Amino acid sequence: MINKKVANVTEAMQGVKDDMTLMLGGFGLCGIPENAINNLVQMNVKGLTCISNNAGVDDFGLGLLLHKRQIKKMISSYVGENDEFERQMLSGELDVELVPQGTLVERCRAAQSGFPAFFTPAGYGTEVAEGKEVREFNGKMYVLEKAFEADFAFVKAWKGDAAGNLIFKGTARNFNPAMCGAAKITVAEVEELVPVGSLDPNQIHIPGIFIQRIFQGKDYEKRIEQLTVRKKL
Amino acid sequence: MLDKTGIAKRIAKEVKDGYYVNLGIGIPTLVANYVRDDIEVEFQSENGVLGMGPFPFEGEEDADLINAGKQTITTLPGASFFDSSMSFAMIRGKHVDLTILGAMEVSEEGDIANWKIPGKMVKGMGGAMDLVASAENIIVAMMHTNKAGESKLLKKCSLPLTGVGCVKKIVTNLAVLEITKDGFKLLERAPGISVEEIIKATEGKLIVEGDIPEMTL
Repeated sequence: MINKKVANVTEAMQGVKDDMTLMLGGFGLCGIPENAINNLVQMNVKGLTCISNNAGVDDFGLGLLLHKRQIKKMISSYVGENDEFERQMLSGELDVELVPQGTLVERCRAAQSGFPAFFTPAGYGTEVAEGKEVREFNGKMYVLEKAFEADFAFVKAWKGDAAGNLIFKGTARNFNPAMCGAAKITVAEVEELVPVGSLDPNQIHIPGIFIQRIFQGKDYEKRIEQLTVRKKL
Repeated sequence: MLDKTGIAKRIAKEVKDGYYVNLGIGIPTLVANYVRDDIEVEFQSENGVLGMGPFPFEGEEDADLINAGKQTITTLPGASFFDSSMSFAMIRGKHVDLTILGAMEVSEEGDIANWKIPGKMVKGMGGAMDLVASAENIIVAMMHTNKAGESKLLKKCSLPLTGVGCVKKIVTNLAVLEITKDGFKLLERAPGISVEEIIKATEGKLIVEGDIPEMTL
C-alpha cells in the first residue's frame, strides 16, 4: 500500500501559492471540499484561477474566496446564486469563462485521461465556439475543446482510505471523480477515513493512483442551498 | 390562458411510457408532478441521478441528494448515481429521450437563447448547451411574451444563443407550437385564447392551417 494520508488540511495544502490554477469539486454546495476552501481563505492566497461548476453562495463555498478577492478568474458553467460574483463579473473585476457543463467536466476528464482535446457538439453556433476549431463529423458540427491544465485539484469524498481510494455518496459525487488526477496534485478530503482493507475493492469509485494526498475532513457544514420538502399526510 | 402549472400539465402529456427525461430548472421541474401514473418514466438530473423521486418529507432531507436546481430530492426504486462525466455521456450520447427546458427567446428556425443578457444578467448556461446540442426531442416551456409584453417567439433571437436549430416544440401560456422548416406551426390554443391573440403575440413567422383546437389538460 502506498500511503497518501497526511495529518491535516494544513499539510494537505502545502505548495499552494498565489496565481495558481485550482480545480474544486462540487455541484452547487453539494460535495464541495469545505476544508480545503476554508483553508484557502486562511492562507489568503491571491490571483487564483478556479475551475469549479459553480461559485458558491455569498457566504459559503467559493463565495468566501470571492468575498476576499482571492479569485482572479472563474471557470464555471453556472454562477446564478451569487450576488457578489455577479457584481464582480459585471464590473470587470473578475475574469469569467463560462463553459457548458458537459464540456467543463470533459475538460477535467481529458486532463485526467491524457487527451489533449476533444470534439463536442455543445456550443456550436454560439459565442462559446468563437475562435475555436470546428469540424463536421457525419453531417453534424462539433467544437474542439481543450483539456484543462491545473496545479491542484481539491475533491471531497464520503469515504476513503490511506491508499487514496475514494467512495462518494449520492449526488455529492458530481465533478469530484473527473477532477481526481486531472491536476499536478490531487488532494482528497473525506468524511470518513477508514482503515486500509476495510473498503470493498468492488465498490471503489476512484482508485488511489489518482490521489496524492488524503486527509480526514472536519466540521462539515454540508449546507443545503434550496431546501424543498413535502408534508407528511 | 395557462399559468406555469398549466404549461407543465400540457407538457406532461408529451411524456411517453419508457422515456428517460431531463427536466430543466423552473417550469420544467413542475412537469414531473403531472405525468400519468400508469406509465414508467425515469427522470434524469444532470448533476448525477437517474430515477429522481419527489421532494423529501420534512426532516428527511439529505444535503448529499439534490437535483440540478440544487433542491433536495429523493430517489425511487431502481435509481442510480453517477458522476458528471457519465451524466453528460447520457445526454451527449442521445440516451435521454426527452429534454424539457425554459427559454428567454426561440427563433422560427429553432434557435434558443436562455443563458445571458449582455451587461445585465449572466447566470451561465449550466448543462443547457450540452442538452440542446445533442437531444433530438426538445420541448421548450415558456411564457409567450416577456414582462414588457414583447414576443419571445422571434424571427431571429436577439440574445446570445444557447443552440442553433434544435427546438422541436414549444408550449407557452397561449399555445402549443411546432418548429417546421417554414416557421412556427400553431398546433393548439390555450383555453380561452383566440388564434388572433396568438398571431398578435408572435413576432416570428406563424403558420395557421385550418381550425386550431383548444388544448386539453
